[in-house]
Amino acid sequence: MSLTDTNAASATQPIVSVTNLIKQFGRFAALRSVSADFAPGRLYAILGDNGAGKTTLLRALAGLTQPTQGKISILGSSDIRSVCGRIGYMAHPSLLYDEMSGMENLRYFAQLYGTKDEQRCTSAIAAVKLDPALQRPVGQYSQGMRQRLSLARALLNDPKILLLDEPFSNVDVRSAKEMVSLLAQMRDAGKTIFVVTHQAALLDDAADEFVRMEAGKIVSRTFELHLEEAR
Amino acid sequence: MSLPSGIIRATLAKDLRLEWRSKDAINSMLFFALLVVVIFSFSFDPLAEESRRIAGGLIWVAFLFAAVTALNQTWTRELRNQVLDAYRVSPAPANSLFLAKAFGNFIFVSVLEALMTPLFIIFYNLRSIGPVWELIPVAALGTWALVVNGTFFAAMSLHTRSREIMLPLLLFPISIPALLAMVNATTNILTGEDSARFWIVLLATYDVVFTIASLLLFELVLDAE
Repeated sequence: MSLTDTNAASATQPIVSVTNLIKQFGRFAALRSVSADFAPGRLYAILGDNGAGKTTLLRALAGLTQPTQGKISILGSSDIRSVCGRIGYMAHPSLLYDEMSGMENLRYFAQLYGTKDEQRCTSAIAAVKLDPALQRPVGQYSQGMRQRLSLARALLNDPKILLLDEPFSNVDVRSAKEMVSLLAQMRDAGKTIFVVTHQAALLDDAADEFVRMEAGKIVSRTFELHLEEAR
Repeated sequence: MSLPSGIIRATLAKDLRLEWRSKDAINSMLFFALLVVVIFSFSFDPLAEESRRIAGGLIWVAFLFAAVTALNQTWTRELRNQVLDAYRVSPAPANSLFLAKAFGNFIFVSVLEALMTPLFIIFYNLRSIGPVWELIPVAALGTWALVVNGTFFAAMSLHTRSREIMLPLLLFPISIPALLAMVNATTNILTGEDSARFWIVLLATYDVVFTIASLLLFELVLDAE
């Protein structure tokens, strides 16, 4: 299915829309005129080789990198700062303080979103199957536990849009499948989820659309993973 | 310009907790300042009168150099695991982060001063002739002058390749007026020859100007790529 067909298929107003997005790092163009609309309540798997522009696109959507040219509209606003409280972002690094425990990290980040609700931290940590009572500093967590805590941090503000960069890297298969199942539940609850991954097979059943990027461009959007793999 | 006090308190508490556990900043500052005191005391053997004249300069230069190590640490820990990005994607204002960091550095440098000042007094046999209480506003305003610019320029040099060199290169020239005021005020108080009031007012003005400028510009610094 072509990009135009996909867009036509989604009758609803896009929740995320990018138009002619260009991002240059010096002379290197990480994004080359990317245009796409993304419908709400769907799980998008963003695929592509290293250097394809996946992380840059996600960082631009999170408001962490300013596009050189082009427009981004999220939740109806072109000012990402004004809607950032409704976006959850999980990066490839953990974005956590190694010297603090999981709950201490979550309590601090929850306060940045204006909440001191202990229950919210406990539910977020429980959702990723970690023990809230764990007193160990994050620096002593396994890589998989860090990834799950990082996801819990991204869920703290109950976001409408989740941007996840390589959430399954260094996670064992069973935990990764549990994470996929959690993401599918959140998608069913109405959240829009973008997952940048090299492990597309994990999302075979859960993703609504597979978006393939190459050399800073979206080259295809498909509903089935095998079509993608056939390319 | 909104400054939610809850976020400032939370960030300050987090920084104090991290420092309490790692002791990165305090240990390096104390070690450095202690070395300066000992080396200077061996290098000079001043009489009491001479001590009063040079102590202001020695003490503030020692604190300035020692503070730089703490200022670098403040932001270095935000770079580990790119944790600063977690702050940037949240709705928390950049100014709150800046103020919390500046307050944190103020506490660290004040602790250093509280521990090192008695050593200075002993090593240099200092006795003040002027009003000693005036040293309190000089210390408070002088410390704030160092940390407010230091916190700002440490953030500015965060993404540069040799940030540990860059910070003193940016910070020291801009701190000259404040340093001049601190040294002259301290010397005037210790010697009792002149009033320190002019220098204290200058220091207060410097603090107000640079605090406002830092608050206005910090968001640009934080978002710089």
